[in-house]
Parts: sequence; structure tokens; C-alpha cells
Amino acid sequence: MSATQETQDDRGIVRRILYNREIRSVVTQIAVIMLVFALFYEIGTNLLANLEAIGKELSFDFVWLPASYDITFQPFVDYDPSKSHFWAAMVGLTNTLLVAVSGIILATILGFTLGVMRLSNNFLVSRISQIFIEFNRNVPVLLHILFLYGVIIHILPKPKKSISIMDTAFLSNRGMYVPKPVLSDGSGFVLLSVLVAISAIFGLSRWAKIRQRDTGRTFPVFWSAIAILVLVPTLTFYAMGSPISLDYPVLKGFNFKGGVALKPEYLALWLALSYYTACFIAEIVRGGILAIHKGQREAAYALGLTPNRTLQLAIIPQALPLIIPPLTSNYLNLTKNSSLAVAIGYFDIVATIGTISLMQTGKEVETMVIVLSTYLLLSLIISGSMNLLNYRLKIKGR
Amino acid sequence: MKEKSYLPGTHPDLPPPTSEVGVIGWARKNLFATPADTIFTLLALYVLYSIVPSFMQWAFIDAVYVAENREACWKMMETPGGAACWAFTSIRLNQLLYGFYPETEIWRINLSFVLLFVALAPVLIDRLPFRKQLFIFTGLYPFLAGWLIFGWFALPPVASQDIGGLALTLIIGITGIAFSLPIGILLALGRTSNLPVIKILSVLFIEFIRGVPLIALLFIASTMLNYFMPPGTTFDLLVRVLIMVTLFASAYMAEVIRGGIAGIPKGQIEAASAAGLSYWKTMYLIVMPQVLKISIPGIVNTFIGLFKDTTLVLIIGMFDLLGMGKAALTNLNWAGLHREMYLFVAVAFFFCCYGMSLYSGYLERKLDTENKFQKK
Repeated sequence: MSATQETQDDRGIVRRILYNREIRSVVTQIAVIMLVFALFYEIGTNLLANLEAIGKELSFDFVWLPASYDITFQPFVDYDPSKSHFWAAMVGLTNTLLVAVSGIILATILGFTLGVMRLSNNFLVSRISQIFIEFNRNVPVLLHILFLYGVIIHILPKPKKSISIMDTAFLSNRGMYVPKPVLSDGSGFVLLSVLVAISAIFGLSRWAKIRQRDTGRTFPVFWSAIAILVLVPTLTFYAMGSPISLDYPVLKGFNFKGGVALKPEYLALWLALSYYTACFIAEIVRGGILAIHKGQREAAYALGLTPNRTLQLAIIPQALPLIIPPLTSNYLNLTKNSSLAVAIGYFDIVATIGTISLMQTGKEVETMVIVLSTYLLLSLIISGSMNLLNYRLKIKGR
Repeated sequence: MKEKSYLPGTHPDLPPPTSEVGVIGWARKNLFATPADTIFTLLALYVLYSIVPSFMQWAFIDAVYVAENREACWKMMETPGGAACWAFTSIRLNQLLYGFYPETEIWRINLSFVLLFVALAPVLIDRLPFRKQLFIFTGLYPFLAGWLIFGWFALPPVASQDIGGLALTLIIGITGIAFSLPIGILLALGRTSNLPVIKILSVLFIEFIRGVPLIALLFIASTMLNYFMPPGTTFDLLVRVLIMVTLFASAYMAEVIRGGIAGIPKGQIEAASAAGLSYWKTMYLIVMPQVLKISIPGIVNTFIGLFKDTTLVLIIGMFDLLGMGKAALTNLNWAGLHREMYLFVAVAFFFCCYGMSLYSGYLERKLDTENKFQKK
């Protein structure tokens, strides 16, 4: 008696087909595809029928019609109400990008600072950071935004009695006024010298690495880098006869003149998004550093590395690959949360094309498609570039 | 005192020097270990000194707790607006908690809130008498609560626009939490599935939802979701919002669960197959119990995020707790109390969310079956 006879399937043909794994999976998948198509077909026909019933049609032509509404915050795009909805959307997009990029920068700086403070051996410093993080993390970001906006608009004094910070920046219920750099002839050389200094630092660090590999002698790269970064532009600045000056805001009448105005809407959104996201980044940084095994630090000390070098050579390179993926999702969250601008009247993409244009033209479907695809594109760009960074920083195993 | 002499090796241990133990030793170690540490400590003390006393003065000592309105509040202070005015917490409490729910019917919300704890008890506490029977109640609870809150047979109906305040926040939050976990599990299983079609569809859905802000989805709910339905049907804005919030949270939940599934050794699934378990039995009996345990922190974080995101409904014109507070500030009686109102709402949210994260920590420790020696 052979083994094959024993295991032979004596079930009927129908049951055999029913229990066959491959047939089952093919049938399930076909069924799912048909279901999804049916769903989309149903939604599509319903949509068209509903739109026809109220006399609308699907078309994106409206984006070229004049928008005819005013946008009070447009630092990058020259816009006036006679321009089309497309340009209104562009203003919205640049405003979204402005608050997202500046928010990401501030949130990263604040977040790393808070995270390092939280890890400090100093009891007070660590506790203050912990309380700040825990409280802000557990309160909705929209509340932070509304709170800051409410405080700026209603609680801060009028421009005449504004809070001055070292007589250069002024905080009032019109927002914050900071000095504006004015570029005159020769300022290009100063900017160029900054670039030269940065590339010199890159060259220096490469040279120092090669020299250390060959001879074993280290070079104080950090301090010399700071010296180069400070000295080269300063010298060029004076050599060219101080081509960059600051335009200070001055109180004239009821408001300030000159300088750069950070409007209350922008200020509230930027600060709230930054410190809210910073609290999450702080926890990520803390988690990443704590995840490095204690033995790594001890081994580095045993090799005679100083605490700074240990951090630089052993801890940070191992912690960064752990930190970057969650950091990316926090950057994405910040970008998406910037859409809460609509609650306080900052003109981002949702507030311009997704709200006002929608109200004016009644094109709910089309405007929403534009808004959704913009955010999808932004998400794709951010996560793509962060993935690239993570790939570059990955410790390559041998 | 005469010094006692000891034989070599029999001298008792001396107590540690006083500078190393007790308060002084602790402060030396934790506050003044290095010169830099000392500077940081002094700086931190200065920050605390400049913030805490003046905040206490503003929020509690000089504050006015009972008054008719803001005007009356500020009259009672030495400098108008120089201290907090908490009068709204008593006068507008009903609106902050229930929105515009009819006053005679408020008991219905209170009752469903109390019953919520009865329904949650068997889920949260595992050594409970009559746990099995209580689970039946848990299953019935959503219908019971829906009946109590919206009214139907024997109870006068209440329009969903009238529900607001903390009640609305809790309704959206709890519904989202209850439904996003099972949907998230299904999506995660879809994403890890061997069937390409199901995998691609799950990935598309998850990445689409995660790529767009919730507020855009809520706009869709409020403006165009009815267009997707057969002509003539409309359904309530609250229901549309609940659908969107649930879908949004389940995409995030799916990613948390997927991370958990990736953490399960492959041998577990192979062993289950070898034991003759079907796919669903493998998932239900072997994989999910382990996945849910290791992803507790992520799951609770998603819950907390969802709960905080419920505030976004105020942008599409619903009045949750934050919306109610914001609306009160536009009332002339309470205008100008931005700090007090938002602080009040913030503390309410803090307690809810921090409570959830404390419970997750407790659950993690309770379910921790890892080898204690291995961990050290």
C-alpha cells in the first residue's frame, strides 16, 4: 500500500474546487475587484445624477475665472481679486508651504532641545521638559492654535503699547514686527562668501577624516568650522563696506512701518504647530537615544573617547536611523495640520480654494479634488526625501 | 569618647558620608553634579520663580469664581482683567457639557454616560463577576445609547444639531475608537495579505487617507458626501462626520497593527499552519493576541490622536467642547476671556488623554509576559 493512495482526495469535484486554495484566492480577488468597481460605478453614477439634478457639471474650467476675493496674506505670489482661482490656489499653496517649512524648522530645533533636556541628569531640567511635553501633547493642536490666536488678537496690547523685545522686534495685537534685512550693492558677495564658507567646511571635514584615517591625529573640526562660518562672511561684509543693513520697524500713527510683519494668523499657526509637533519630536529623540544599548556608551568610554566624541561617533549615528522614520511622519502631520489655518483665517490652500472658491463657485467636487491631490503630492515629496535621507544615513552592514 | 579597637577585618562598615546621602546627596547628584549643571539648575529655578507664583496669583488667588458675567467679574478685581474669571464654568456649564440639548432631557445623556462605564467595565477589568453576561450588555450598548441620546420609541427625539459640548466630543471620540480598531485590523490584514488585489486596495486606501488632512475629509463629509448617495437620500451631518472620522482613524490604526504583525516571528504562523489552523483561525487565535499586546502603545496613541482630532468638527460648524467654548467667547458676556476658556477646555482634554495613556501603561505592565531576566 503506497502513501499516495492513503492521502488521495475522495471528496466530490465540487467540494474539491471549493476547498482548493488557489481557486479560492482567485475567486475572492475577482469578487473583490467586482465589488470595488460596482461601488465606484454606483458612486460615479450617483454623483453625475445628483449634479445634473441641481444643474451643475463636472469641469475644471472655473479655475481660470476671476476669483474676485481678497487675500490679505500673500508674501510670494502677486495676487489681486481680478486674478483667477488658479492664482488664489497658488497663494494658498505657497502660504501652506511657508508655514509647513518654517514650522518644520522650528519644531525640529525645539524638539531636539526638549528631548535632550528630558534626558538630562539634572532633575529640574528634565522635569520641566517632561511637564511641558506631557501637557502639550495631550491637548488638541486646534486648541493651541485658537488659544495663541485669541491671546495675540485680544489680550496683547495695541501697537502703541506694544511689547518691545530689545527695541528691535515688537509684539502687539497686530502680530510681530521684526527687522528686515535690506540688500544693497555688493550684498551678493556676502551671500556668496557664506556658500564658500560652507563648502570650505565640507572640504575641511573630509580632509580631517582622511588625515585621521592615515595618521590617527584628530583635528578640531567643529570649532574651526564655526570660526570659518563666522569669520569669512564677517570679513567680506566689512570689506564690501557693510552692504546689508537692517530696516527696523518704527511706530507711525496706529501701526508700525518698515520691517517684516508676522501677521497674527501666521504667528499663531506657526508657533502652535511648532511647539505641538516639537513635543512629539522630543519623545522620538528621547526614545531613539534610549534605545541605544548602554554597552555602546560604556565601550566607547573604555576606548578612551570623550563624552562628546562618544555622542558624535557612537550614539548619534546609531540613533538617527531610529529617529528619522517617526520624525518623517511628524513632519507630515505638521504639514497636514497646517490645514487648520482655516479656523483662524490664515489663507492656506484649504482656506483659499477649498473654502472661499468653493463657496463662490459651488464646485465642491472639483475644489476638493484639487485640495486632496495637493496634499497627496506634498506627502509624497516629504516622505520621499526623508526616505532618501534615511537611506544615506543607514549604517551599512558588511 | 574612647576609640574602640577592632581586630583586623572586623571593623563594622561606617555610614556613608552625609554629603552623599539624604537630601544633600540627592541634590548634589541631581542638581549640582557639574558646574554646567549648577548653572542649568539656577536657570530652571529662575524660570520657575518667574512663572509659577504669578500664574498661581492669576489663576487661583486673585481669580473670581462666581459672577454674573465678565463685566461683573472684572469689577471685583483691582485691575480689570488682571486675574482669571472662572464664572463661566458655573453659568455656561450645561452648554459646555451638553450643547443645546433640551434641559429636561439631559438625564438621558447622563444616563448613557453612566451606562458607558458599565459597558466598559468587562472590557477594562478582567476579574469581574458576571463578566460574560456584562459583555452582552456591552454589545447592546451602542444601540441603547443611540436610543437614549437621539430619542425614538417612548423618548422624544432630539435633533443631532442640538447635541454639543463634551457630549458631542465623547460621542464622536468613542464611536471612532470603537469602530476604528476592527476596521484597522481588517485593513492591516489586507495589507499583509498574500492576495495581490486585496493588498493593493488596502495600500491605496491607507496611503490615501494618511496623505490628506482630516479637515479636507470633513469638508467632503459636509459638502459632497450626499452626492455619492442615490439621488434623494440625505443623511445626518453627524453620521457623515462619524463615518469620516472612523475611516481616518482606521487607516492610522491599520499601520500600527501592521507594525505589530511585522513583529511576530514567522515561525508562529508556520506552526499554526502546521497544526492545521485555517487562515482566520491562525489570525484570531495566534497572531492577533500577540499583535494587540505589543501594539498597545501605538493603539492608545491613535485613540488619543482621534480624541484630540474630534475638535476639528468645529470648523464645519458643529459645536463640540472646544466649539462651545469658542462660541461662548463671541458672546459679549464672556468676550475677552480667551485664556481662561481655552485653559479650561485644555485641562478637560488633558485629563481625558492623559488618563488614556496612563491606562495603556498599566495594561502594558499587566500583559508583560517577557522574560524578566532577558530584559535586564
